[in-house]
Amino acid sequence: MSAASAVVAQTASPIILEGRSGMFGRLSDLFWRNPRLLLFLMLTPPLLWLGIVYVGSLFALLLQSFFSIDEFSGLIRYEFTLKTYGELLQPANLDIIVRTVSMAASVTLASAIIAFPIAYFAARYARGAWKALFYLGVMLPLWSSYLVKVYAWKLILAKEGILNWLFAKLHLTWLLEAWLSLPIVGGNSLSISYTGTFIVFVYVWMPFMILPLQAALERVPVNLVEASTDLGATPRQTFRKVIFPLALPGLIAGSIFTFSLTLGDYIIPQIIGTSRLFIGQAVYAHQGTAGNIPLAAAFTVVPMVVMGLYLWMAKRMGAFDAL
Amino acid sequence: MTSAVTFQRVSRHYGSVRAVDEVDLDIAEGEFFAMLGPSGSGKTTSLRLIAGFEQPTKGHIEIFGQTAEGIPPYRRNVNTVFQDYALFPHLNVIDNVAYGLMVRGVPRAERTKAAEEALALVQLPGYGARRPGQLSGGQRQRVALARALINQPKVLLLDEPLGALDLKLREQMQEELKTLQKSLGITFVFVTHDQGEALSMADRIAVFNHGRIVQTGTPEEIYTKPVSRFVADFVGSSNVLPPELVERLTGNSRWASLRPEMLKMSLKASNGAMPARVVSTNYLGSTTRIALDMEGLRLHATVAAGTAVPAMDETVYLSFDRDRLHLMDDER
Repeated sequence: MSAASAVVAQTASPIILEGRSGMFGRLSDLFWRNPRLLLFLMLTPPLLWLGIVYVGSLFALLLQSFFSIDEFSGLIRYEFTLKTYGELLQPANLDIIVRTVSMAASVTLASAIIAFPIAYFAARYARGAWKALFYLGVMLPLWSSYLVKVYAWKLILAKEGILNWLFAKLHLTWLLEAWLSLPIVGGNSLSISYTGTFIVFVYVWMPFMILPLQAALERVPVNLVEASTDLGATPRQTFRKVIFPLALPGLIAGSIFTFSLTLGDYIIPQIIGTSRLFIGQAVYAHQGTAGNIPLAAAFTVVPMVVMGLYLWMAKRMGAFDAL
Repeated sequence: MTSAVTFQRVSRHYGSVRAVDEVDLDIAEGEFFAMLGPSGSGKTTSLRLIAGFEQPTKGHIEIFGQTAEGIPPYRRNVNTVFQDYALFPHLNVIDNVAYGLMVRGVPRAERTKAAEEALALVQLPGYGARRPGQLSGGQRQRVALARALINQPKVLLLDEPLGALDLKLREQMQEELKTLQKSLGITFVFVTHDQGEALSMADRIAVFNHGRIVQTGTPEEIYTKPVSRFVADFVGSSNVLPPELVERLTGNSRWASLRPEMLKMSLKASNGAMPARVVSTNYLGSTTRIALDMEGLRLHATVAAGTAVPAMDETVYLSFDRDRLHLMDDER
């Protein structure tokens, strides 16, 4: 005992250590005593940025949509009116909205169906090198330019493109022709049909569906699946009653990406597909050449309202209960 | 008596790791059977083999006389209480408990009634509307138990179910589980690394080590007649005496075990008593556990509360009844 206390006495140090000298030392002590101060200092710049630049411009946009354009002079009349929103309901404009929303919905649905098995594999079974390969495979398309990818797809889908060639080699040209002769989804070739637009949308936004879904599936503990099986649930029932509900928040997160990105995109439908407009193209046209800023603003509000409705419905249906 | 679960030379290998290695096992119907062993000894894998989460690499498993290999878990009338309960977080307590009936297509009204009864059985009535996240550890434990019992399994598997509970609650649950098992008459197979738990609850115990069963027997057999140094050491932390010392005492050159409570201490030297030095004393409430050093051999003795406890570094003289010394066959 005495030997031990001698050792301690030799290396004894004061109970309260000297504060670190200098401004940083005093700042450390100050922040330690007032953690809220640190939080305030860290959050103020981004909040100011978000508040003024982002919310401010959004508000300006909303404001614009309540103005209207004078048909004769082409000048904006700065008076509050719902006339511009009325214009959205004209058949030509309503067509654009319906077209865009249906495209976004089908792209989202297809992405979810394709992404689920991939995400499930990555979350459940992929380990080590396979996991790395999965992330690489999902992320790699995101590294190259978006325009390059879209133009590449234009070549793939063109009448002289590789896809047509492949169908011919497999003696399936008749199948492609039959598909292209269908109303709405068909067309002269894949690159100038809605099917082409759809394929490219699904390809380009797929990573945004896979990643949140994979994260959600990874958080479903394996023993819940085992418990379900143990209690007599077939694999199908386990999927419907346990895995799917628990992965739903991830699915919703992914669908927010695919849905809103499709709603707002104006490049893909311009390069691949029919000449009919999507919301993004309409906004582009109205704020540019047409100079109809109020209508462009009103068009921009549509995706926001649609997304709001979508989230509200998802919440009401209990999609976030597992969070 | 019918066999509930039988293992015939069952092995489960993961690559070169033999998690379960040629295990023979026979669990009788209505028995409270404990599988005891340190982590990685193969007890949990054995349980998972019964549940069907794992398939044997070699060997044959029967559950109530029927071949179990290749039968998926959802076709086995065996249910599991999981170590961390594995309650479904998106379902409330009633739906968790009724899950087994729901997947079998039992109508809602009927299964809710059955779930209420199961909750009453585990003394948790009226908790049905809550989410698992709103329950304490002990309550979750009861929900997991009710959920596993609702299908009226022939065998109930419990994977360290009390591990996460605090001492007081654990002791209470031990008694309740024991009572429940006797009243339901279901075969319980209980995995634990806590020898006290196994001794107090089980009708029979299988002690696992390195993927094998080293001893099977009643708690008393396991405690008083360990077959090997491992069992003696693991169950009740016995004193293990080396062959040289045993030979000096009995003339028999074998390893032997001696329970700490069998070791008598005296401050006075007497004929045949062996001197030892007190290294540390541990106050445990009803007893005090004393660590002793005898010529480099570490021994433990216990002293009942109210008796004088020797001081640190003091020399005491050890003696014991020679027939309390248990000679072990097994070298391991």
